[in-house]
Amino acid sequence: MTDATEMRRRTQELLAARPPAGTERLDFLRARFDAGLAWVHFPEELGGLGAPRSLQAVVDAELAAAGAPDNDPRRIGIGLGMAAPTILQYGTEEQKRRFLRPLWTGEEVWCQLFSEPGAGSDLAALGTRAVREGDDWVVDGQKVWTSSAHLARWAILIARTDPEVPKHRGITYFVCDMTDPGVEVRPLRQITGEAEFNEVFLTGVRIPDSRRLGEVGDGWRVAQTTLNNERVAIGGMRLPREGGMIGPVAKTWRERPALRTHDLHQRLLKLWVEAEVARLTGERLRQQLVAGQPGPEGAGMKLAFARLNQEISGLEVELRGEEGLLYDDWTMRRPELVDFTGRDAGYRYLRSKGNSIEGGTSEVLLNIVAERVLGLPAEPRTDKDVAWKDLAR
Amino acid sequence: MSTQPDLLYSEEEEALRAAVRDLLTDHCDAAGVIARSESAAPHDLSLWKALADGMGLAGLLVPEDRGGQGATHREAAVVLEELGRAVAPVPYLTSAVIATEALLACRDGGDLLAGLASGREIGALAVGLHTAPGAAYATVRAEGGVLHGELSGIADAAVAGLLLVPADDGGLYAVEAGVVTVTPQVSLDLTRPVARVALDGAPGRRLGDAGPAVRRALRAGAGLLASEQLGSAEWSLTETVRYLKDRKQFNRPVGGFQALKHRLAQLWLDAVGLRAAARNAADALATGEDTDVAVAVAQACAAPVAVRAAEEALQLHGGIGMTWEHPVHLHLKRAKANSIALGTAGAHREALAELVDLRAP
Repeated sequence: MTDATEMRRRTQELLAARPPAGTERLDFLRARFDAGLAWVHFPEELGGLGAPRSLQAVVDAELAAAGAPDNDPRRIGIGLGMAAPTILQYGTEEQKRRFLRPLWTGEEVWCQLFSEPGAGSDLAALGTRAVREGDDWVVDGQKVWTSSAHLARWAILIARTDPEVPKHRGITYFVCDMTDPGVEVRPLRQITGEAEFNEVFLTGVRIPDSRRLGEVGDGWRVAQTTLNNERVAIGGMRLPREGGMIGPVAKTWRERPALRTHDLHQRLLKLWVEAEVARLTGERLRQQLVAGQPGPEGAGMKLAFARLNQEISGLEVELRGEEGLLYDDWTMRRPELVDFTGRDAGYRYLRSKGNSIEGGTSEVLLNIVAERVLGLPAEPRTDKDVAWKDLAR
Repeated sequence: MSTQPDLLYSEEEEALRAAVRDLLTDHCDAAGVIARSESAAPHDLSLWKALADGMGLAGLLVPEDRGGQGATHREAAVVLEELGRAVAPVPYLTSAVIATEALLACRDGGDLLAGLASGREIGALAVGLHTAPGAAYATVRAEGGVLHGELSGIADAAVAGLLLVPADDGGLYAVEAGVVTVTPQVSLDLTRPVARVALDGAPGRRLGDAGPAVRRALRAGAGLLASEQLGSAEWSLTETVRYLKDRKQFNRPVGGFQALKHRLAQLWLDAVGLRAAARNAADALATGEDTDVAVAVAQACAAPVAVRAAEEALQLHGGIGMTWEHPVHLHLKRAKANSIALGTAGAHREALAELVDLRAP
């Protein structure tokens, strides 16, 4: 029923019913969702077939060969990678039916309202308040580092519903309407000059209780689903040799012998080896996942790539000599995607500084590796049994 | 690269690992290795017999029709991971990998292969252990059918019955150990000691051209050495984590201090990378795909990781790590000697500069 042959048959059926050449992009994507070929591991009626996740590749390959449009997954990564698995696991039937189809087709963009100015690594200390009023929750607070907030129709939001209990227990998870008049989105300009992210100010935002995900006070557990899926997404990439940041440096080295020095040569070779080893580590992790033997290596990949990106781009700026004194463009822009390869070395150097901060700082990730992989004792906690309202801030 | 390398371990490879580890657990404890290292017989020949004769592991790289097991470098790499974990004083890398590969590359000498494959004969390639694949090496003088000269830094020569000696006429000669003088050198790594080999009119039998045979042997040795280094790094990490969970100072397990946790997490990360690089090299040696680059990458990565793992293990063990009785020094000495063996990380990076076209100024 759900083997590769069956997947191919269903995909061909879709292609016959909606030939990509003569079908509007959105119509095609909706039809693909309704045929259960959007994400085959999701349940039937919700864009899937309840099939093994590995069979998605079969569908994707058939569709790509036929020139079918895709849903531009990089543009809607937060919806696909974080909101969708959380809605699937914790949403009501009504929520799943309302949200998943336009999320997958990209008609409705999602963003994530988690981090706050006072809650970064210690996310569970967040202070945005949600107070129950009748059938609604009224939300006040400030979120930060929100990508796509200016494009988003919906947000996944965690807010404090009970300040009287310890911090992990007083959080509830919501779906927030970004068109609510109490939502104000301001671009947050970064050291690169552009603004990928936003600050989001929430003032008297009303969220009906029907848009709560999971139980009241259980939001921290619900958020773990979101965050674990973020890590799966980070671990899944596959690169050819020189496919990462080392690529442009190696190219410059080969094409411009006049820039070469002995010191740069030693450093370049070291980093080239480290980049190749990181690539092989990622490839090994991918092979483990395919073989159904997921290892803990994924936790380390982000650490390795953050450091490498920073060191390689730093070397690249130096390699360019006089040109290293220049920067391609400081104009404040709002890019939809982070594009490391479309910009100059200076941009890569500055943007990669965020790689060891976003999605878990390298310091926190080292703690996680030490505690969860190596089993070393946890940090002593002074906040465990203290009501959130009594925490130092 | 036409195909993706297989970077995992098969079920058979895991079974092989378990069997070797069981044997080493029973017959190669650290206290025994330390005691033996200062004796007149630093090599453990009864362990060698068990590995070679009992389990058939010396012949993994030799085809079945030439008296071996017909396995590949992937399996030999798994054996070396376990030998590295135990710092086992057996001539596996030198005889079952390097000397065997040299013989496999020669036109003649097929009759000698079966001896090495069975482990009843131990072979040593008479090229200094520090020599990188492709680097220059010392030779002896071939004159009137006999060999004259002295070679040094020959690993495991003290237990070798068969020496494969490169001569100045470009040939590789088979020489019986009985007709040469082997003098052990006081070695940094007592578990893989080096020796001088003096030939004074020693009769030798020319097997083939030394150049390609030595190159092939050293390349295979370098690629698989990465797996031995991985085994040692894994030991250093595992043993240090175990100790720091148990050791208490300031009323806490020492492993709970963040400064130490981060160092161990970093070490784990490096070991994970080395595992991928070592598997890649073993697979590349087995398939013949992309082999030069895969071996150079593994060797550019392995020694810094293994040495740092041993150095961190020593430091984080505190005083006990500085004692002769604790096994951490076995790993430190092996890891440091290995960082020179078959080419330093820097030599392999230089090789990569040519291989991947990132040339010097």
